[in-house]
Amino acid sequence: MASVCFYFQVHQPYRLRPFTIFETGNDYFDDFKNNEILRKVAGKCYLPANALMLDLIERYAGQFKIAYSITGVLLEQLRQAAPEVLLSFQWLAETGCVEFLAETYYHSLSSLFSPDEFAHQVQMHVETIEQLFGQTPRVFRNTELIYNDVLAERIEQMGSFDAILAEGVDTVLGYRSCNYIYRPNGCRRLKLLLKNYRLSDDIAFRFSNRRWNQWPLCAETFARWINAVNGNGFAVNLFMDYETFGEHQWEDTGIFEFLRKLPEEILRHPDNDFKTPSQVASAYEAVGTIDVPHPISWADTERDISAWLGNALQQNAIAELYQLEQRVKQTGDAALLSDWRKLQISDHFYYMCTKYFADGDVHKYFNPFNSPYDSYINFMNVMDNLKTRCLMHEKLKPDLTMV
Amino acid sequence: MNRALRTFMLGWEFPPYISGGLGTACYGLTKAMDRLGMQVVFALPMAEPMRFGGGAGGRQKAACEHPYPFRTVEFRTIASALRPYVPAGQFAGSRQGGKGPGAAHAGSRRSAHISSAHYGSDLFAAVEQYAQKAVEIARHESFDILHAHDWMTFPAAMAVAGASGAPLVVQVHSTEFDRSGEHVNQQVYDIERAGMHAADKVITVSHYTRNIILHRYGVPGEKVEVVYNGVEYDQPAAFPVETLPVKTDKIVLFLGRITMQKGPEYFLRAASRVLEKMDNVKFIMAGSGDLLYQSVEMAAELGIGHKVLFTRFLRGTDVDKAYQMADLYVMPSVSEPFGIAPLEALRHNVPVLISKQSGISEILHSALKVDFWDIDQMADKIIAVLQRPPLHQALRDNGASETSKFRWEDSAARIYDIYETTFNAAQAAVSGR
Repeated sequence: MASVCFYFQVHQPYRLRPFTIFETGNDYFDDFKNNEILRKVAGKCYLPANALMLDLIERYAGQFKIAYSITGVLLEQLRQAAPEVLLSFQWLAETGCVEFLAETYYHSLSSLFSPDEFAHQVQMHVETIEQLFGQTPRVFRNTELIYNDVLAERIEQMGSFDAILAEGVDTVLGYRSCNYIYRPNGCRRLKLLLKNYRLSDDIAFRFSNRRWNQWPLCAETFARWINAVNGNGFAVNLFMDYETFGEHQWEDTGIFEFLRKLPEEILRHPDNDFKTPSQVASAYEAVGTIDVPHPISWADTERDISAWLGNALQQNAIAELYQLEQRVKQTGDAALLSDWRKLQISDHFYYMCTKYFADGDVHKYFNPFNSPYDSYINFMNVMDNLKTRCLMHEKLKPDLTMV
Repeated sequence: MNRALRTFMLGWEFPPYISGGLGTACYGLTKAMDRLGMQVVFALPMAEPMRFGGGAGGRQKAACEHPYPFRTVEFRTIASALRPYVPAGQFAGSRQGGKGPGAAHAGSRRSAHISSAHYGSDLFAAVEQYAQKAVEIARHESFDILHAHDWMTFPAAMAVAGASGAPLVVQVHSTEFDRSGEHVNQQVYDIERAGMHAADKVITVSHYTRNIILHRYGVPGEKVEVVYNGVEYDQPAAFPVETLPVKTDKIVLFLGRITMQKGPEYFLRAASRVLEKMDNVKFIMAGSGDLLYQSVEMAAELGIGHKVLFTRFLRGTDVDKAYQMADLYVMPSVSEPFGIAPLEALRHNVPVLISKQSGISEILHSALKVDFWDIDQMADKIIAVLQRPPLHQALRDNGASETSKFRWEDSAARIYDIYETTFNAAQAAVSGR
């Protein structure tokens, strides 16, 4: 038996606008650019991909299943700027073949910096999903598949989740296969689903690469690779950015056609099926324990957290941001709190990454700034402004605990 | 690799006899060509031909006189009053005594230009004379390719090309627009343009300059190739802190000629903005130039006279000291074909902020970049570097390690490839006729 488990990450950040030290206002986000990008991605990816998914779900009458993790900050933006996209996700929810996963509302790195803030953001996201899609998430995936033992324990303690997702990092698995289900170290009940990064990346990254010896990839070939897992694993976890369809891989690469044919080719083999993460978790038992002391993620070849926290700029920026937590929360200013949380969106730190930068390679999927240094300067200017707002509150309302 | 093509090069005298970026570039490039075993005959205009023991057409190898032991590059000297872009009197004396480490910096190495007013009528006569002598010398040489550096050698290059039939490559290190803004000298422009159009290939030191050549000189794009400069670094001298002036403030350094091209005005305006936000900072303007007095006045008008220090032209170890004290180097150039200075600052462990209107900004990643006119952005970034230690450190360390990628050998190898394609195309054209 080989179950194909698709999960798509759907996220767009609130990008900052250019903000110099001379600015006085406190509108930090580039509404125009964010809307523009949202509309562009909606047109190229969200709308056509959702239409295709709906079509496939109807055609295979319950046999084709998928899962999404849509960030709170994207849902907010969709509600504002592209309600038709939100509606199409709701139609998908109504089919009963689509599972929605939980994550941090702000697509943040809070799991690494503030347990309280993390718990709050997960709760916020769960409530939003319930409200919009009428289902309560049973599976948790952390921002960028950042994962370690501590996180798994915390998720199990929350009590409302059956499984957690992570990257199938070779160094963590050793000789073991990512196609089985595991138990996180320190957990008794929670199950761990690991991404099959080879097969996932064949679609997400290599699909349009003409120098790849498997190019052009057809559904039949891919199904053959899935079939090869039969007898050697339970589930093939294909986790990827939803923007793979139409945005990372443009329509003219044939990515939509590939997806359209895939269910038929997969289901041709009688032992194959599609399952959502919850169904995988309930269908299969954990075969062993996985030990992850240091954080892993699905980013770059390192598959660690260096894309967000690898240099001193990033570490400095995020440390200062979380240092403000108590001050921001004590102000009781909802707008200030919301701005502070939006600054936690992991993309801000990704834009400050200097890995490979000197080689001319930029970490920039819609990076609003051309350089990691500019991204840092801009972010710190905004944070300075935010600090000033805290200070204003503190002056107006003396801290009683200090008296 | 077999590098059999023989080149006749019309270039410029090497440092330390001459100041100016052009001489330095020719020197760095020629040494690298020699290391790669390229066959080059280098026609050198010399003010003091006796030094090489011969007059025009002297066939002596320079190896015995010059500190660098050339093997495959030979020199022919041409007695000439030509000087690459050094206005009479202004910089001629400045080099004296400046032979220590760092001596070739900024004001000297980069003393690149004469504003239009400085072109004397005898200059054009000298250019003509040089051309005639070059034809004379070339008559006794056999070569496959002609390579000329900047406009003053272009008339000579065209004359030699006409007489020999060899394909011509011209290399543009700076254009009249870089040196003079919109107030170009028509006669210089005409010579530049004629040389570029007569050439089989034009080499520029950046895409920035390539664009100028395409748009201002009407040269077809397929004819223009970019070859970035390499850099040779002097080992910076490190001075014990007690030998330096007592430093109480952060220091932002401008080091270069104080001329329109280098954007001193924008530096001062940004300084004024910075001082609105922080007080513990001083701005040093090291260099001379025709806008020096105007800049002093401007600082006073902006009310920041007490925060801006003018050191005039720095030489030798003083350059190293200035770098050692600086927290940030700013190059606000209005138009900079390449721009070696920021790399030298990085070698001295000083982070850099450079204008986007420069060739170097295309390839140097670990630097802050602004449009030269964007005062607020410039000030914003200056403040950030001064106030945020992680940023200062990241720019400094990443920048310093990036400087090692600018190698003259790479430039020379690229140029040889261009020789080959140019030569082969010319051969094909001849045999096809």
